[in-house]
Amino acid sequence: MIRLLAFLPVVIALGLGAFMLWGLTGDRDPSDRPSALMGHTVPAFDLEGIDGMDGPGLSSDDISDAGQPVVVNIFASWCGPCRQEHPLLETVAAMSGVSIVGINYKNEAFQARRWLAEMGNPFHKIGADLDGRVSLDWGVTGVPETFVINAEGVIVYRHTGSLAEPGAFDALKGAIVAAGQS
Amino acid sequence: MKYIFYTLLCLFCASQVAAVEPDEILSDPALEARAREISTGVRCVVCQNEPIDTSNASVAKDLRLLVRERLLAGDTNTQVEAFLVARYGDYVLFRPPFRGATYVLWFAPIVIFGFGLIAVIRAVRRPGASPTLDQLSDDELATLSKIISSKDDGTA
Repeated sequence: MIRLLAFLPVVIALGLGAFMLWGLTGDRDPSDRPSALMGHTVPAFDLEGIDGMDGPGLSSDDISDAGQPVVVNIFASWCGPCRQEHPLLETVAAMSGVSIVGINYKNEAFQARRWLAEMGNPFHKIGADLDGRVSLDWGVTGVPETFVINAEGVIVYRHTGSLAEPGAFDALKGAIVAAGQS
Repeated sequence: MKYIFYTLLCLFCASQVAAVEPDEILSDPALEARAREISTGVRCVVCQNEPIDTSNASVAKDLRLLVRERLLAGDTNTQVEAFLVARYGDYVLFRPPFRGATYVLWFAPIVIFGFGLIAVIRAVRRPGASPTLDQLSDDELATLSKIISSKDDGTA
């Protein structure tokens, strides 16, 4: 018995090593955290549209009463990864059974207009979050961020950062399909 | 020497300066003091281990304003923290809440210390394991006395 106990430190060291190896492999990202809003309804908000553009703006009712899954993308013209992921948003806009809306984060209206004119406008509706206050209610830490909301108005998926990251767009498409079936 | 001391003092102070900007400060000093107290315990969500109180990140500024907005609306400190947790999760607080999922976090140090204490006490209390003379065989005693007597002239 005592003899076996002598091996205890080795066993503990190996166990700890295996745990750390597990932590280092398999694309585990310590900065990847579950969103507090997951499984909750869309936070209430009512935003004006981008100044100088047609369109009524965006409110939480537009999202929860859509009757189908909605993709919410938070973007800004000054954000590099937003440029990267923009073509993918157009792909979402072309999908059936889902609509896509945008929240324009801390952007001057003329810059937002120029951005959409240059890059194309995939959004069915856009709200201008000039001071970023509404985005705080979404738990946003930076742009871009993308949410999927199901037909019941419940947030079912969130991606922080560019959708052009490996695997991100497939995960988003999977979430849209899953949201459409719920 | 003096210069080194003052330079270090300045450097040290610099890291402690709050990032609160003049236009953020509330006119009510009591509320402002509470806002500062809350701010030191709220994580700037994009800068990992810096509180919003000292961070210059834009999100940190927004969160500082949000804390003050809630205080003006009459929230207690706990309500302000709950408001932030509802949006950003427990991650936003430096002090993890005390409940089921965090018991391991809170109790592990105490439990590990307890095990260590038990191990130390047992090691200290263990009866001396050094052999005594009566455990030696007759042969060994004879050999030993030979060795002792051969070195008995004090010159060793």
